[in-house]
Amino acid sequence: MLEVKGVNSFYGKAHVLNDMNFEVAAGTVVALLGRNGAGKTTTMKSIMQMVRPRSGSIIYKGHDITTWPSHKVARNGLGYVPEERRIFTQLTVLENLEVGRQPPRDGCTTWTDEMVFDLFPNLAERRNNRGKALSGGEQQMLTIARTLMGNPAFILLDEPSEGIAPVIVEQMARVILQLKSEGLTVLLSEQNLHFAQAVADGVVIIEHGTQKFVGTLSDLQAQPDIRDQYLSV
Amino acid sequence: MSPILSVRNLSRSFGAIKAVDDVSFDLAKGELLALIGPNGAGKSTCFNMLMGQLKPSSGTVELMGKNIAGMQPRKIWRMGVGRTFQITATYASMTVVENVQMALMSYHRKLYSLTTFAYKLYRDEALALLDTVGMADQAERHCAVLAYGDLKRLELAVALAHDPILLLMDEPTAGMAPRERIALMQLTADILDAKGISILFTEHDMDVVFAHAHRIMVLNRGQLIANGSVEEIRTNPQVQEVYLGGGTLFNAAQEDVHA
Amino acid sequence: MGLFIAQILTGLANAGALFMVASGLSLIFGVTRVVNFAHGSFYMLGAYVGYSLMQVLPGMVGFWGAILLAGIIVGLIGVIVEICVLRPVYSAPELFQLVATFGVILVIQDLALMIWGPQDLLGPRAPGLKGVIRIMGEPVPQYDIALIVITPFVAFALWYLITKTRIGTLVRAATQDREMVSALGVNQAWLFTGVFFLGCALAGLGGALQLPKGGADLLMDFTILGSVFVVVVIGGMGSLPGAYLAAVIISVLNVFGVTYAPQSTLVLMFLVMVVVLMFRPFGLLGKEEVAGEHGQVGEPERPIKPAGNRIRLLVAAGLLILGLLPLYSGNFAVVLVTDILIFCLFAASLHFMLGQGGLVSFGHAAFFGGGAYAAALFVTYADTPMELALVLAPICAGLAAIVIGWVCLRSTGVYFAMLTLAFGQLLWSLAFQWGDVTGGDDGLVNIWPSDWASDNSVYYYIAFFLCTGGILLLRQAAHAPFGYAMRAARDSARQAEAMGINTKRIQLVAFTFAGIMAGLAGGLFVFSKGSIFPNELETARSFDALIVVFLGGVKTLSGGWVGAAFFEGIKDYLTRFEYWRFALGLSIIVVVILGPEGIVGSLRKAGERFGLLKVPEDAK
Repeated sequence: MLEVKGVNSFYGKAHVLNDMNFEVAAGTVVALLGRNGAGKTTTMKSIMQMVRPRSGSIIYKGHDITTWPSHKVARNGLGYVPEERRIFTQLTVLENLEVGRQPPRDGCTTWTDEMVFDLFPNLAERRNNRGKALSGGEQQMLTIARTLMGNPAFILLDEPSEGIAPVIVEQMARVILQLKSEGLTVLLSEQNLHFAQAVADGVVIIEHGTQKFVGTLSDLQAQPDIRDQYLSV
Repeated sequence: MSPILSVRNLSRSFGAIKAVDDVSFDLAKGELLALIGPNGAGKSTCFNMLMGQLKPSSGTVELMGKNIAGMQPRKIWRMGVGRTFQITATYASMTVVENVQMALMSYHRKLYSLTTFAYKLYRDEALALLDTVGMADQAERHCAVLAYGDLKRLELAVALAHDPILLLMDEPTAGMAPRERIALMQLTADILDAKGISILFTEHDMDVVFAHAHRIMVLNRGQLIANGSVEEIRTNPQVQEVYLGGGTLFNAAQEDVHA
Repeated sequence: MGLFIAQILTGLANAGALFMVASGLSLIFGVTRVVNFAHGSFYMLGAYVGYSLMQVLPGMVGFWGAILLAGIIVGLIGVIVEICVLRPVYSAPELFQLVATFGVILVIQDLALMIWGPQDLLGPRAPGLKGVIRIMGEPVPQYDIALIVITPFVAFALWYLITKTRIGTLVRAATQDREMVSALGVNQAWLFTGVFFLGCALAGLGGALQLPKGGADLLMDFTILGSVFVVVVIGGMGSLPGAYLAAVIISVLNVFGVTYAPQSTLVLMFLVMVVVLMFRPFGLLGKEEVAGEHGQVGEPERPIKPAGNRIRLLVAAGLLILGLLPLYSGNFAVVLVTDILIFCLFAASLHFMLGQGGLVSFGHAAFFGGGAYAAALFVTYADTPMELALVLAPICAGLAAIVIGWVCLRSTGVYFAMLTLAFGQLLWSLAFQWGDVTGGDDGLVNIWPSDWASDNSVYYYIAFFLCTGGILLLRQAAHAPFGYAMRAARDSARQAEAMGINTKRIQLVAFTFAGIMAGLAGGLFVFSKGSIFPNELETARSFDALIVVFLGGVKTLSGGWVGAAFFEGIKDYLTRFEYWRFALGLSIIVVVILGPEGIVGSLRKAGERFGLLKVPEDAK
């Protein structure tokens, strides 16, 4: 469904991504593992065209999306959930969802406010509260809910477990599995190997902007040296 | 022995919401105390009151017997409290060593001096501090290009510049890789042993907390619901329910993989 | 009583145009974070375009149609400006956008001069509304009543659009995080353009609507700019109801001011603003600024190091050449270089607080002109000799800076900038309106140096030593602990406070220091010219300094004086052309887009590329 082919990205002069190559098959969950600053977020932003790759291409459903503006990428069913909980704090929960709303898309679930509230019951009771009044965990939920309102076929989840309480992390994992069961394809970035193991089918490990491993979870398990080198717990 | 930090009946309300509700605890000399709890439990509010960013609605915070509740952050700093931030705050336009020198210039009250070159001041002291956190080899690098883990270590060196008796660390390992987390907390524990300071920190990574904390406090909905040793907290059913979770999902997944 | 009510009605009617211009500015700022200095120019264009249309379109329908069309046309001109000038610089720091819009002002000024000529145009009266109605015996123009009725409708429609519609929700979301809005599938580029269209159309509408009351002239862009900023700041940046409320307050105040205190109408407006901001730092209905910094990228500033021996030799050689100037060149060059040196010190003082302290002031001329006026007043009224006056000028400017800085530093960011602008305007209105003391528009004349210094060469040496001394002192301060503390407060106020640095006090001292240096430059200026006029206090003078700092290179240590020397040098040549503003405006815009690092920054880059300068490890 998504192919990343030989992508190189830069921030100014800093070479952040170096020849990234991997694929995400429809209906699977792939985890992008690596430490902070390894290039996980840049990979996501490169896919969304929020950072323009300097070379290489990104193929989504057969289209080369590499030169598209990010809103067009989003309009084609790629949903991005940023880290650091970038919700619109001045807007209410319902207004946040409104910003994310897009027309229905063939082959994808058409989300409504109520369906989103079913998935995240905590948000339902806060629908008229402003974003800034939400707790960190609720804000994290809202970023996901907001992206779902765009009826995506594929979502990019940037560090969904970072900085939130273990109980909420478990809830996040359940949500991801549920979305997968509804046919969504997911690429998530993670530092927490436990979390990745709970939800992911495939794994991509990056270090210093270079990918060190691509394969399934069990492949990774079969290579303990790699696991220990990059993901020591 | 009298405690370094003694918090009594600390409360803070925002409108009708009690963000921190009647919190009391002590911190002994040389102790590494963790404060954990779900998001929105009041950890940040609590921390901000200890640091002076926020005035308590009621209650006292005594540092070595002196009430510091409601004092400005810079006054509290002068009384020997250092801090690191959840999101690193360093001076991006300076070099690594200049960041530490800045703290030393402030400590030695040289801020309004016009006659000297700042880059020459307290350089050796600053380099020694960088050496403690293993950053001496990066002293001349531009702060804006440092890796995140290195920024965290730099912040620790900065926080140690005025020889604090108490260090407050807000999620010190947030955003770091597992191996770096362990290393940073080990470093922190070593500094605590070497200098005899006391540390209070908040943290979400339970591996870090369980491995290093001498004692743990749990905050939920503004109230302290538990305060005890690592083992007591780990097995406390209320803490498991509101914060730690059952861990069933993860354990099952791990077993799958190991199988 | 009748008069009282009539005056209130006049105030309400005047509030209409003011509100429309202010709400447009507020809207544009809210979404794009661009403080559009050219907003007054769009207002002026609205008036001119409306005037031309009214000449062609007949009758009542023609009149109102002309107003509407003027709004739309000006909105479209705004779209062109947004696409050509602002789009390329959205990701640049705020100051760049300010300077770009300033370039637009200059271009539009000369374009209007080319098209409509220099004479003031008298606005036609509204067909069917030419008469007056009597309210309690006082005549009130019918057109005023029409304006009073129209304005709330416009205000309500705007409010509804922003708070109740999907477009409005998207606009408010983009205000906070445009990159995220785009990632959610919204074409933010067109959202920005749309907002710019609306904002400029409102300004154009305002300009056309006031035609029957005020006509059209080439000064109206700057005239309204001051009031509009006051309105936006008093009401609260980004608040529509606030803008309406403030527009009414200011307009009514002005009407009463004209009647009861004609000497102080201008001063009054700024006093109100200062008082409001003292108690409500974010305006009457404004909210605390949420920094919408996502998507703002720029190369981080480099650490600074004192100059090496090679550079020091170079500087010494340069100073020697300058020092010997009177020996090898004529009178004209000596006088010109004196002017340049003075302007360099003024610009360097602004650059010091802007570059090291991150304090963007729109009113630095207050201290330059303030110092000059202080010296001139002492000479005029106390027969103070030049030597003493040159000491008193920086002292007075410094004292003013302490007071003004204390008030302004209660705010941050744009509000800080607006407050400095207001104080600059306040001093200017004092000088302008308090004619008995300051001579008003006629200024103060016959302020000459002491006999021993009356020769141009001797005065040149005085200026040379004081100006280069001042610039070197500012540079030393940047390398001293004080300069480091300024940067600490700028880079992270939170961390600085947590390490014992009183950031506000550091900033106040920096502000005062910069004020003293500007005052010294002002003192030197007045003795070099022999006279002083209120225009040395004008906002335009503050902008001169801002622009040269920017063109010299903000993120460098020498950008201030280098930019000043360069532009003061070519200005003499440039102003001989009829449409020099047009050329200058265009070149400013081009520099903003193509060479945002300024002269010094670009030279440094070039030097590094060709191996003349060493590239620091981390910048590779």
